[in-house]
Amino acid sequence: MSDTAAGLLQLLVLLVLLAAAWRPLGDWMARVYTAEGHWRVERAIYRIGRVDPDSDQRASTYALAILAFSFVGVLLVYVIQRVQGFLPLDATAGGDAKGAVDPSVAFNTAISFVTNTNWQSYVPESTMSHVSNAVALAVQNFLSAAVGMAVAVALVRGFVRSRSGRIGNAWVDIVRGTVRVLLPMATVLAVVLVACGVVMSLRTGITLTAADGSTHAAAIGPVASQEAIKELGTNGGGILNANSAHPFENPNGGTNLLEILAMLLIPVALTRTFGRMVGDLRQGVSLLAVMTILWGGMLAVIWAAEAHAPAVTGGGMEGKETRFGIPSSALFADSTTGTSTGAVNSLHDSYTAFGGGGTLLNMLFGELSPGGVGTGLYSILVIAIIAVFLAGLMVGRTPELLGKSLGRREVTCAAIVVLVMPALVLLGTGAAVVLPGTSDALTNSGPHGLSEVFYAFASAANNNGSAFGGLTVTSPFFQIALAAAMLLGRFLPILAVLALAGLLSAQPRREASAGTLRTGTPLFAGLVTATVVLVSAITFLPALALSPIAEGLVATAQIGALP
Amino acid sequence: MTTTIENAPEPTEEATRTPVLRSLVRQLGPALRLVLVATVVLGLVYPAVVWGISRVPGLSGHAEGSVSASGSSSLIGIDPVPANPGADPWFHLRPSASAPETATAGLGPADPSTSGGSNLATTADKLAQAVAERRSVIAGREGVAPAAVPDDAVTASASGVDPDISPDYAALQVPRVARVTGLPEAQVRALVAEATDGRVLGVLGEPTVNTSELNAALLVARPGLR
Amino acid sequence: MTSSVLTPPSGTGTPPERAHGAGRAVAAGAFRPRALLEALPLALRKFDPRVQLRNPVMFVVWVGSVVVTVAAIVDPSVFAWLVAVWLWLTVLFANLAESVAEGRGKAQADALRRTRTGTVARREDGTEVPATELRPGDRVVVEAGMTIPGDGDVVEGIATVDESAITGESAPVVRESGGDRSAVTGGTTVLSDRIVVAVTAKPGESFVDRMIALVEGAQRQKTPNEIALSILLSALTIVFLLAVVSLQPMAVYSGSPQSLVVLVALLVCLIPTTIGALLSAIGIAGMDRLVQRNVLATSGRAVEAAGDVSTLLLDKTGTITYGNRRATALHPVGVPDDELARLARLASLADGTPEGRSVVELCAERFGLPAEASADEARAEFVPFSATTRMSGVDVAGPDGTTVAVRKGAVASVLAWLDEHGAIDPADHERVRRIAEEISSRGGTPLVCGQVAGSRALLGGAIELSDVVKPGIAERFADLRAMGIRTVMVTGDNPVTARAIGDQAGVDEVLAEATPEDKLALIRREQKGGRLVAMTGDGTNDAPALAQADVGVAMNTGTTAAKEAGSMVDLDSDPTKLIGIVEVGKQLLVTRGALTTFSVANDLAKYFAILPAMFAALYPQLGLLNVMGLATPESAILSAVVFNALIIIALIPLALRGVRFRPVSSEQMLRRNLLIYGVGGVLVPFLAIPLIDLVVRLIPGIG
Repeated sequence: MSDTAAGLLQLLVLLVLLAAAWRPLGDWMARVYTAEGHWRVERAIYRIGRVDPDSDQRASTYALAILAFSFVGVLLVYVIQRVQGFLPLDATAGGDAKGAVDPSVAFNTAISFVTNTNWQSYVPESTMSHVSNAVALAVQNFLSAAVGMAVAVALVRGFVRSRSGRIGNAWVDIVRGTVRVLLPMATVLAVVLVACGVVMSLRTGITLTAADGSTHAAAIGPVASQEAIKELGTNGGGILNANSAHPFENPNGGTNLLEILAMLLIPVALTRTFGRMVGDLRQGVSLLAVMTILWGGMLAVIWAAEAHAPAVTGGGMEGKETRFGIPSSALFADSTTGTSTGAVNSLHDSYTAFGGGGTLLNMLFGELSPGGVGTGLYSILVIAIIAVFLAGLMVGRTPELLGKSLGRREVTCAAIVVLVMPALVLLGTGAAVVLPGTSDALTNSGPHGLSEVFYAFASAANNNGSAFGGLTVTSPFFQIALAAAMLLGRFLPILAVLALAGLLSAQPRREASAGTLRTGTPLFAGLVTATVVLVSAITFLPALALSPIAEGLVATAQIGALP
Repeated sequence: MTTTIENAPEPTEEATRTPVLRSLVRQLGPALRLVLVATVVLGLVYPAVVWGISRVPGLSGHAEGSVSASGSSSLIGIDPVPANPGADPWFHLRPSASAPETATAGLGPADPSTSGGSNLATTADKLAQAVAERRSVIAGREGVAPAAVPDDAVTASASGVDPDISPDYAALQVPRVARVTGLPEAQVRALVAEATDGRVLGVLGEPTVNTSELNAALLVARPGLR
Repeated sequence: MTSSVLTPPSGTGTPPERAHGAGRAVAAGAFRPRALLEALPLALRKFDPRVQLRNPVMFVVWVGSVVVTVAAIVDPSVFAWLVAVWLWLTVLFANLAESVAEGRGKAQADALRRTRTGTVARREDGTEVPATELRPGDRVVVEAGMTIPGDGDVVEGIATVDESAITGESAPVVRESGGDRSAVTGGTTVLSDRIVVAVTAKPGESFVDRMIALVEGAQRQKTPNEIALSILLSALTIVFLLAVVSLQPMAVYSGSPQSLVVLVALLVCLIPTTIGALLSAIGIAGMDRLVQRNVLATSGRAVEAAGDVSTLLLDKTGTITYGNRRATALHPVGVPDDELARLARLASLADGTPEGRSVVELCAERFGLPAEASADEARAEFVPFSATTRMSGVDVAGPDGTTVAVRKGAVASVLAWLDEHGAIDPADHERVRRIAEEISSRGGTPLVCGQVAGSRALLGGAIELSDVVKPGIAERFADLRAMGIRTVMVTGDNPVTARAIGDQAGVDEVLAEATPEDKLALIRREQKGGRLVAMTGDGTNDAPALAQADVGVAMNTGTTAAKEAGSMVDLDSDPTKLIGIVEVGKQLLVTRGALTTFSVANDLAKYFAILPAMFAALYPQLGLLNVMGLATPESAILSAVVFNALIIIALIPLALRGVRFRPVSSEQMLRRNLLIYGVGGVLVPFLAIPLIDLVVRLIPGIG
């Protein structure tokens, strides 16, 4: 069977699995977030936390709870990294103590994991102990994902409720998302991954003997448990530097597909949850259609570009694993950048100009195809608000979405969400490239070097976490600037989204009439897709022209083939 | 975040700040307690449970890195260096970015204590040079034309410890291995076939030849190769 | 709905097809190119940065123009100067758009202002004071030939008033104390009689004052949708500002720093200048379109709300049906059709009531009988309707010198009269009664017609009078339904009659035997369901409902209380106009949305013009993006800037006239507008910029 045919069949398998899971998982999550009763274990947690699970919060309270929760998370992750030297399992493969994580790295990493970014400005094998990984980082893999889902659900409640102003209880949403969705799914996935060959060891290193008799110390660790949640929660931060390209994390085509499936599962199913909660399944289907078109379109771009990589630099196999080849690498790359996961099974920096540009553009869309857990849903809803605002005007009514009219304050919130990411990416990239130290931090020069910086800020501001790894980001500027991009890229939109949720919830829900612009239609899906593409294109075309586009066109001209 | 009531007198800065701060502080208590609960449940119990399940016979071998009795792991590939470069009996792996500086263009044993790739761009001259150099070295080693060398042979993997090579690259090496080891080509091909894995379920991933298994099999067939 | 306009009684209400026919696009306001020239002085005054600051998008252009001008002075080149000139022109064109829109209201305002100046008011005690010193509660006497000094209510007397200064309608109207026709407007003239007016408006806040302010756009406040759109446009402007600001360091990194002139040119081309320049003109023009229809809105907010209306409350009489019942059928009993027609016509010839005239018209139309009385017939003696006889008709001279009496009237009365003068077949008696009952059950009024010649009584049959739904109204309601607007007919009729008319007109709901309280309750019910309600009203008892409705259109003939409560006043007092008002509101929003979409969609082509030009020296391969084949980098950038400026001028007529609005479903409308303004917005510059480049490349130093 040819590569392409097998790749297409693999794609089909993925789509069938997603389609099969979409309905039960989506419906389940809708029940999770709307059920009245609490599980016994949840009651125990609320008692320990001393929170009233039955209070319905205003947007401001909800937001403060999210902020406080994340703030405490950052502190704890920072502290654990700083004291890991006093805790067990703190050794490299060679047996040396890793010791405390450097303050700037610990600071950057704490923000990175709490913001669901999982940008790693360190080499895990030599920096992060197993305890830090499991007790600090993996915990935030769960919690940051639960926060993302909570915010998305709060926004959906804004559409559902009428004249309420209240959007649910942040603690309940976080706890339920963790207890009823993430933890069971992660446990099952982790066990399946172990069964398929992913390692789960409490050792810090093993000694391997090569065929020639030489011995080598290899890093190993509790991979499977973290691998499962890092994909399910669209986090992406690995225990090993090569991330999901490492045979310990992703040993074969089977685990590769499972990991891709895990990344897409919740963001995709949340569209069903959305449709279920607003009482109109077509609404969710149309958002899913937008996500699918964007994800599928970028997959085509990345796959085609990699399949036509120049032979002179190895036909696209540089930075890719043999067991994945081009189709499975492209599928992973598209999914990891489309979901804000940031795990990688191949090195995006070594992708072709247009292939790597595709992964970059996937993030610049605003992480909504299908986006991170929760973040994808609220991001696409915000874009839908912008699209409906313009389209609604064009049908001659004050624009409304799902019975909520979009006035000055609603548009302001949506505009903030849309504005934050480009501002962070463009200003960050602009500032970085004029700094004298930057050119030394680049592995590649010319347009591709610019891509490395551009990608770093796109990844941080979108809370993706993947990298064009050639960029060395250990300088104070990058540690601080990227941490700021992650922090602001995460919480400014969340605050605006929650404010939006409160505004929507306070409004009466209007009944739809023939004059209302109907959402949940193919026309609407097309409109939202066009809005995503047009907005990101006109925002980033100048920067893209100087990086992947210039690189690609120059390479095309030089070798007379598509790079 | 607070909803302001229109026409209300403009609150002073002090007045607006205090309640927000106080509310934030009020949320810190529950936040801290819940994060601590989560740390215990998700940070200790969850990995412990997964680890416990991974101890089930049948799973535990995989969980500890699939290390065989000979000390090699089918998951991690480390390029063997021939004792006598003139008589190289091994199937070689792909180049690795973590190969020592002294190795020719990354052709040499990787350092499995850290993983990673080169991050070189497809348009980088440095990569084009490395690929050309590897191509000529491998072509010379195998006695074939440079154009016959497959892509995976001349490119560094993403992890640096990729244990697999393409069936093409394995086939390319069969004549040399047979010649040096003195095994019949057919037998070497059979060993290659044994170490070859098709796509999972026929469609997932790519067909691969696991060099760890293959070289281990060579050692069994010709114990004196070290 | 009583109309007090002294026009012929049959002509109550403007037929809808005259003002704005069913299915027709909203009437376009005329735009003359000369208006641009006339608006120039005002446009030049708007270069003041304080004025520009009100519009963030255009302020960025203004600052950019200053920057480029300074750059051109410091480092002169043909290119820099041309870019500077065209950036200033962009600002000028935006100013022009606003000035033209404002200018259109100005003439109207001046005419209104003339009605105020020099008016002297005479108090009841005979003292005279300037009209400007009147306070609410003052009572003034106005006699024939005098101008009414201020808004108020007639508290004494009755008079005919010429309101043409305000309404443009030349027919005088009657104003009298008490009831729903007591309100008078300052600036109108009393033609006959004498009235005492109690002033209700403070000086400077009269109806005319408000109208002047509105048509001039002086007190124009941004409407909610306009503000929301401005926020979005500001956000877009910030995004592009960031994109351009961050481009320079990237260009420096790449080894090709860009000049300030080029960067500013790129920025101005990217930010939504087209909609930014036209936004306020669109708002003013929307208000102006209402004024042209003789509707005065108290705020722009009300105009926008009109576009959002989802329920229309319409009075039956005058809006859905003609004001009076009309003869619609003849039912002969015992005589041929044409005999009944002859009798009916004869009985009605001298009857000047609308019903009487409608009988004559029906006979003329169906039986070809003359519509006017012949000389003989004119000599006939008219017997008017009286409460005791309950019939009317004529006495004509018979062929043999006898008198022939022809009567029509209430069923029982006419039958009794015929029986009295001769024998009528009891069977015919019974038939005519049955027919009369049937007519009643249909919601109509039966009249019986007969003749007595000497001792010979002749029963002709029954005439059916019924409410006649105005032609085209059913189609109009179907249009409204397509737009998602429900219509509710409000009437004092009984439910059976009301339902019959409602079905005929195709309304969605009927509110029969309606009291003002019922109306208010209905509005509240609709609003509770999240629907916006529009209604018309004129009486004082309509005031609560008018105030409660989201769009309340008071008739100018109505009471002051009604006018105060409503958000709009219709100077023509034509309740049918409500439908047109909704369309104006929708058109306003559609125009804004369409031009925003167009503006943003333009950016793609501008990138294809400017980006290759900027970096052609660095990466010649980027020339591949120069799909328009523009001559040189300078000509490419300049062409984009010129296009950006000219498109504003090109779209001024559209902004003033409004995007064509058709009453179709939202889906169809969106599809259509997306195609024209979205896809069109992407394509137009790809065609226009190369054409401009053909000219620009001829300039020495550019091509």
